[in-house]
Formats: sequence, structure tokens, C-alpha cells
Amino acid sequence: MAKIFDTPLYPYTRSPDQEETTPVRHPVVVIGAGPVGMAAAIDLAQQDVPVVILDDDDKVSFGSRAISFAKRPLEILDRLGCGQPMVDKGEIWNVGKVFFDNRRIFEFNLLPEDGHKRPAFINLQQYYLEQYMVDRIRELQVKGKPIEIRGNNKVDAIGSHTDHVTLEIDTPDGPYNLEADWLIACDGAGSPTRRMLGLDFAGRVFEDNFLIVDTIMEADFPTERWFWFDPPFNRGQSALLQKQPDDMWRIDLQLGWDIDKEEEQKPENVIPRLRTMLGDDVKFELEWVAIYTFQCRRMEKFRHGRVLFAGDAAHQVSPFGARGANAGLQDTDNLIWKLKLVIDGTAPDSLLDSYDVERVYGADENIKNSSRSTDFITPKSKMDRTFRDAVLELAETNEFARPMVNSGRLSVPCTYDGSCLNGHDEPDLPEHTRVGGPLVDAPVGKDWLTDLTGNRFQILAINSEVEPVEVNGVSADVLKVSTADAPLVGERYLGGADAAVYLLRPDQIVAARWKEAKPADIEAAMNTAMGG
Amino acid sequence: MAELKTTPNIAYADDFYADLLAVHEGLSEKESEALNARLILILSNHIGDREALGGALALAATPK
Repeated sequence: MAKIFDTPLYPYTRSPDQEETTPVRHPVVVIGAGPVGMAAAIDLAQQDVPVVILDDDDKVSFGSRAISFAKRPLEILDRLGCGQPMVDKGEIWNVGKVFFDNRRIFEFNLLPEDGHKRPAFINLQQYYLEQYMVDRIRELQVKGKPIEIRGNNKVDAIGSHTDHVTLEIDTPDGPYNLEADWLIACDGAGSPTRRMLGLDFAGRVFEDNFLIVDTIMEADFPTERWFWFDPPFNRGQSALLQKQPDDMWRIDLQLGWDIDKEEEQKPENVIPRLRTMLGDDVKFELEWVAIYTFQCRRMEKFRHGRVLFAGDAAHQVSPFGARGANAGLQDTDNLIWKLKLVIDGTAPDSLLDSYDVERVYGADENIKNSSRSTDFITPKSKMDRTFRDAVLELAETNEFARPMVNSGRLSVPCTYDGSCLNGHDEPDLPEHTRVGGPLVDAPVGKDWLTDLTGNRFQILAINSEVEPVEVNGVSADVLKVSTADAPLVGERYLGGADAAVYLLRPDQIVAARWKEAKPADIEAAMNTAMGG
Repeated sequence: MAELKTTPNIAYADDFYADLLAVHEGLSEKESEALNARLILILSNHIGDREALGGALALAATPK
């Protein structure tokens, strides 16, 4: 059977733009048809902003790559119309087990709270996500939405100007030029856009190598995340085993710094390693083998005039914690509504600076967590290792040491505390639904709060009567919820209060909240959230 | 939150000091280091208070 990543999904076709002698100007061009670039484009097209995606290839990515998708990104994908196939196909997991040497020292359960549409985590190969996103793009095209994906269109040069960007593009038919009012660069950790514009990408490189293997096997291991410190089959190093759909298993084996990368990737060296790990009885075949080193770094700024960077192009983390693709989807979630308002002229250009501020904040949180996990997993000095081993030793029988065991702190969305877009907060209301945080899901009758919101400003009126408001021609409609029909909304949004009013941004971030709000209060908060 | 105590707080300090040496007796340097690491973690958890712990880290890093 042909693999998804062998089939061209967006093969090159000649665009009418290539016949023009004067470069055609597009409102938005996205570079990179990975999950982040496609999320940006789908989000724009859903709001009728014309967008062209350029990609230097014509297929989904090779190998499974990002495999763990967290709850918040799944909610974002729901808003983009790609969430359901992800969850239908993905492996839902909650239990993680941690081993030290040959002993299981403890297990954790993500213990998802009831009353959320989406699970805490699913595992799914990145190429499935990319395929679902291409499907969604085709569906939008059928509906007449202004979205295009151009395969084998490699951007060779970029010119950055005050009010537009110029692009020189190479294709199988030769070069052509385009212009864009706005450029979104989602071209990955090695971002050619970043290089062409001569921009920085500073941070830490961790001196370690990891062998990453996707293997197809019929094994009766449960759908759990298993992590080993110093196991007998990989002495002095670590290992991670995770299940994906289609009997595919992801194995990460730490190899150390001084290794021969070419040699270690050869099947004759990989297979014996897996044999020792899995036992002689397990039949497996290799699907994808790669070696990677860790880097934790980010660009100083994600906005450079008319060029906006998102995903790995803007920030890179170690894979422990699944904070790569999950963070990238939160980048475009934050960016696109702002870009739409700026394009429409309903918000000032400076609103886009808040993209930089908020997502740099998010990236720093991810880099901090990811660096700490990596420091625990790959201790960099003798004393680091002594403490690490002491924690592991104690964790087996002493509950107090378990919170210090760090095999990856799994991706959770950040709360933009202190953001310049935040409006009034009411400290008596529950902390986890505070201003700057993402909407916390809850059932509302037969619906979900996450499905009833997003894509526009909204006023969530809980046991309250408020009128819609309008600021600069942008309206916020009212979603009335009675806690009689939605007791969990009461629990999560009211705490002990009788009523509350929440203002939600189009990316489902809480912009402001009150126990009682006058129209002028809501308008003022909405003005602030629009960068006014 | 509580400030780090820097006045004598252990009754029969000589006895405690002797106990501290005793648990290390006969251990290799590596074993002793591991024991110290466990001890630091156990005591830190018992203290819990981040201000006191921060004071202890700072004092240990610059003892003068």
C-alpha cells in the first residue's frame, strides 16, 4: 500500500499568476504547508481573507514527526473544521508509566476532567493531520472560499518593504514573482525565510543525540506513555515508547553525544537495539528512523514589519512535552483574527505587535518547561545526575519526590497574564477562567462551549442580561447561558458568584470579565482587546 | 512564607552532627554524594516554604 507521504497531495500546476509580467499582489501569502501554515490559511479563508500557500514540496511530511496533540490545539482544530477526524483516528491516552533501571517507579494519570469535548491528549502521526488539513482546504475551495495551495513553489528571495513583501518563486516551469500585503512564514525550524531576511535564532543546543524510530508491530503493550531512565536495554540513557494508530509505535532512544550518526541509523544497528528493548518474540518492521539533537531557541521578535513568523520557524523546543506543533497551532490561533481586523481596517496595525508579545510569552513558557525536562532527562554534570538519580530513587516509595520526576511536562496552553489586550478582571471569580486564559470547555445542554464560541468577539452572559455591543464596526454578540441548563459552566465560570459576564476574543481567550457589566464596560474592554 | 532560621535551632547539636557523620560511615564517595542528595531532597520537602528554601540556597552558595 502506498503511504500517505509518498502521494503528491498538492501537485504542481501552473498558476495564471505565472503568465503576468507585473507581479500579482495577494493580501496574504503563507510559506510552508505544514500544520501551522495550513492552520493559518484555513483560518483566513474561513473568514474570507484570500490566501495563497506556497510549499517547496507537494506531499505531506515524511515520517510521523509530531505525534502528540493536546486538548487546546484539538479545540483550535475543531474551530478550523479538522478536529473530528483527528480524534476519530487518534489514540487517546491518559496513563504514563515511569521506569528506573528495571523497576516501574510510578505511574501518572492525566485524569481528564469530565465535561470537556476533547480528551487531554491523542497520539496521531503528523501526516494524518496534514492530510485532514489538505482535505479541509479542498472542502473550503468547493465552497468557494479564497484559498490556494501551490506545490513545488520554492521561495528563493524575499524583499521586505513598508507596506508589502516581494517574493521570487522557483517552479518546475521556471521562476515568477509575487507580491503580498502580508507574509506568514511557517517554514519550520530551518526557516529559509528567516535566513533570507538575515534574522536571528538564538538559544541553547543540548549536547545529546536521540534515535527516533517509528516501528510497526503487533504488540499488546497498552496505550500508555512509557518512559525509562537508565534501562537495562539502553544503559546510562533514557527511552520512550508511545503508541500511534495503525499498530505504529514511536520509540525514542537517547544515544549520548559522541556517536556516529550515520552508523546508528543503519537498520543493522537499529534492529538489535529494538530487539533488546522489546524482547525476541515481538515482530516489528521499521517505518522511519532519524537522529536528532535538541535545541531550545526562539527569534527575538516574531513580527518583522509585514512578515510574521509562526511555529518552529519562530521557536524551537525539545520534543519532550509535545510543545512544538501544539504551540504552533496556538500561534496562528492568536495571529489570524488580529491580522483580519488589521486588514479590514477595524483595528490599528499595532494590534499585530500584541501577537509578538503574547506568543513570545507562550514560547518562553514552552522553552522553560522543555529545557527543564531536557536537563532532567539528560543531566549535564555529575552533580546534576546525582540529584536526578536521587529523585528517581526516592520516587519509587516516597510520594513527595514524584512531582520532581520530569520525563516531559506535557503541553498546556499558557495564560497571557499581564497582556496589553487584557481588560477588567474580577478576582472573586475562579482563577482558572481568569482574563488572558483560553476558554475552559463545558457542556451547555447538548452543545459544548468550545463549539458555541470562537471566530468573533462574544459576550458570554451567565445568568445575566446584556445587549450586544459594537466597536469600530466590529460586533460582539451575546451567548446567554443559564447555569440551570449548564451546571458545569456555573462551577467553572462563577465559583461562588450568582452571575457573570465574560468577553471572549475570536481566539476564545477571555478578554475581560465582570460580575455585572454595563455596555460601556464591555465596549471599553473590547476596544482594549482590539489594540485601541 | 517564612524567613530562613539562622539562629541555633537543633537541641543537642553535637548528637545530630554525630548522627550525620554516622550515616556516611563506610560509604564510598559516590554513595555519600547520593545520600547527601537524597537528604537534601527529603529536608527540602519537609521545609516546603519557598522563601526559607531560597534563603538556604543563597546561604549555602555564599556562606560568608
